Amino acid sequence: MFRFIGARLVQSLIALAIISVVIFVLARTTGDPLYLILPMSATQEDFANARKYLGLDRPYVEQYLSFVGRAVTGDFGMSLRARRPVSELIRERLPNSLKLAAFAMGISLVMAFPLGVMAAVKKGTGLDRAAQIISVLGQSLPTFWVAILLVEFVAGRLQWLPAGGISGFSSYILPGFTLGWFVVAGLMRLLRSGMLEVLDSEYVKLARVKGVAERRVIWLHALRNALIPVVTFAGIYFSILVTTAIVVETVFAWPGLGRLAYEGISSRDFPVIQAVVLTTAAIVALVNLCVDCLYAFIDPRIRYAR
Amino acid sequence: MPAEPGALVLPDVAAPAVPASRGRRLPLFSLGIIGLFMLVAILAPLLSPADPFEQSLRNRFKPPVWEEGGSWKFPLGTDRLGRDMLSRIIWGSRVSLAAGVLTVLLASAFGAAVGLAAGYYGGRVDAALMRTTDATMSFPVILLALILAVTVGPSFTNVVVAIAVILWARYARVIRGQVLTLMQLDFVAQARIAGAGAWRIITRHLLPNTLNTLVVLVTLQIGYVIIVEASLSFLGAGIPPPTPAWGSMIAEGREFVTSAWWVSLFPGLAILLVVLAFNLLGDWLRDTFDPKLRQL
Repeated sequence: MFRFIGARLVQSLIALAIISVVIFVLARTTGDPLYLILPMSATQEDFANARKYLGLDRPYVEQYLSFVGRAVTGDFGMSLRARRPVSELIRERLPNSLKLAAFAMGISLVMAFPLGVMAAVKKGTGLDRAAQIISVLGQSLPTFWVAILLVEFVAGRLQWLPAGGISGFSSYILPGFTLGWFVVAGLMRLLRSGMLEVLDSEYVKLARVKGVAERRVIWLHALRNALIPVVTFAGIYFSILVTTAIVVETVFAWPGLGRLAYEGISSRDFPVIQAVVLTTAAIVALVNLCVDCLYAFIDPRIRYAR
Repeated sequence: MPAEPGALVLPDVAAPAVPASRGRRLPLFSLGIIGLFMLVAILAPLLSPADPFEQSLRNRFKPPVWEEGGSWKFPLGTDRLGRDMLSRIIWGSRVSLAAGVLTVLLASAFGAAVGLAAGYYGGRVDAALMRTTDATMSFPVILLALILAVTVGPSFTNVVVAIAVILWARYARVIRGQVLTLMQLDFVAQARIAGAGAWRIITRHLLPNTLNTLVVLVTLQIGYVIIVEASLSFLGAGIPPPTPAWGSMIAEGREFVTSAWWVSLFPGLAILLVVLAFNLLGDWLRDTFDPKLRQL
């Protein structure tokens, strides 16, 4: 088990290293990085000074290593727009994003589990059809569009909930649901197909023949194995959640990392984007690592077979 | 599933109804919508009533024809710069469909190649390729697109590249799994005995047997790619203005939703329709040709 975790940890670190190289190379090969950092009005002299100050006159390998060294200690330079250290902005925004993501995950789990399991158990009924409609719609509706409509109607015209920002629990509801919706759709579908497969298997039949209560068969015997595909896809779902979060935070003016990324793009604030991408990539790598460990834990075959 | 020797064999409690897979009703709704939008995209220059780039500040925020103040000159109204919404949506279908189809073709070609190689050669090759696949698969597309947008600048090519660079992994994974199963079958061994080389076995024997799965995956993912492209354009990391793209059109209308709701509403409906059609068609194809395939 420890060997397995160790191997996965190394993999995550390699993935992060690749991303940092991509960022570094892209920033250096697409023109002078100083154009991304200095204001438009900078003179020739400013450029020379900045080049020396930032160490851009040194060899690339040396530059890369010092870039990584600083990134690891959380030093991402100054934001061009906010004129503040990027690390400060990240520290401010990250908790808000995590809170929203946790809330959305909570909503989607509470909705997806009963719906997905019951859709499989009551296959072909109205409930199953409703669940399928929800899941197809969830995967076809553009999140940002839904978010805009919700802001306009629920927050604007009806004035039921706040339109944006954080101000107590009520401000979590709209962004949380918008963010959770897409995850619910996919999760439900996975649970349904997983349950259908498992409910048809010999060991479930055996449990039934033995006289185990139906409720126990479904929620204990069957669900446990139907969860394996869900865990397999958990990493992918998390990366979809991250993508969706950037859009949702933008529309709901949520002061999180996603909103920061949006502001970064609109002002071409390279240090901010670089920091947001690296931070998010690190979080994604960490989540994937946890998922892999969880996976190996519930399904012992993984530990040995791979 | 065949019972292992000595395993307890249980009578089938209820034989599952076998779905009549062939001869099921064609998903006419999906095919119709997809056909319609394809046609619109191809014939955009002929169909669009006005120039999608032509601004006319006197005609800003004209409502759709059925609203008060609307006219047939602008059937779906105009945007902030007085551009005809209908024409922009028609031209926008080119961007969305092209991005969807191109990205998925690129990703599936590369992914299938990796999957075929990994499954055929096995061993070290397989291990190395699959590790790379795993690492790629769970990386959020949007991060790559963001880096490209701030360094190289947003463009159609960047969107396609950013999404394809991540998406191929899904194909590689699924195809490799299929190839592993196929490799156990007699016909591959027979082909080898008959003297077929790696290239011949892969292209003539393995690839055709994975085509069903490829088609299902491709269809299911076109919708997803269209949504991702629209999200990127919405964030300003996708197709740059003034090119009409549905995502950026929604973004432009966002500030004015209260007074000019049509600017954001119609492009969103277009996305919903196309993506819904592709998803329903993909579901149908999967249920018909490859019911075991589990996909997002």
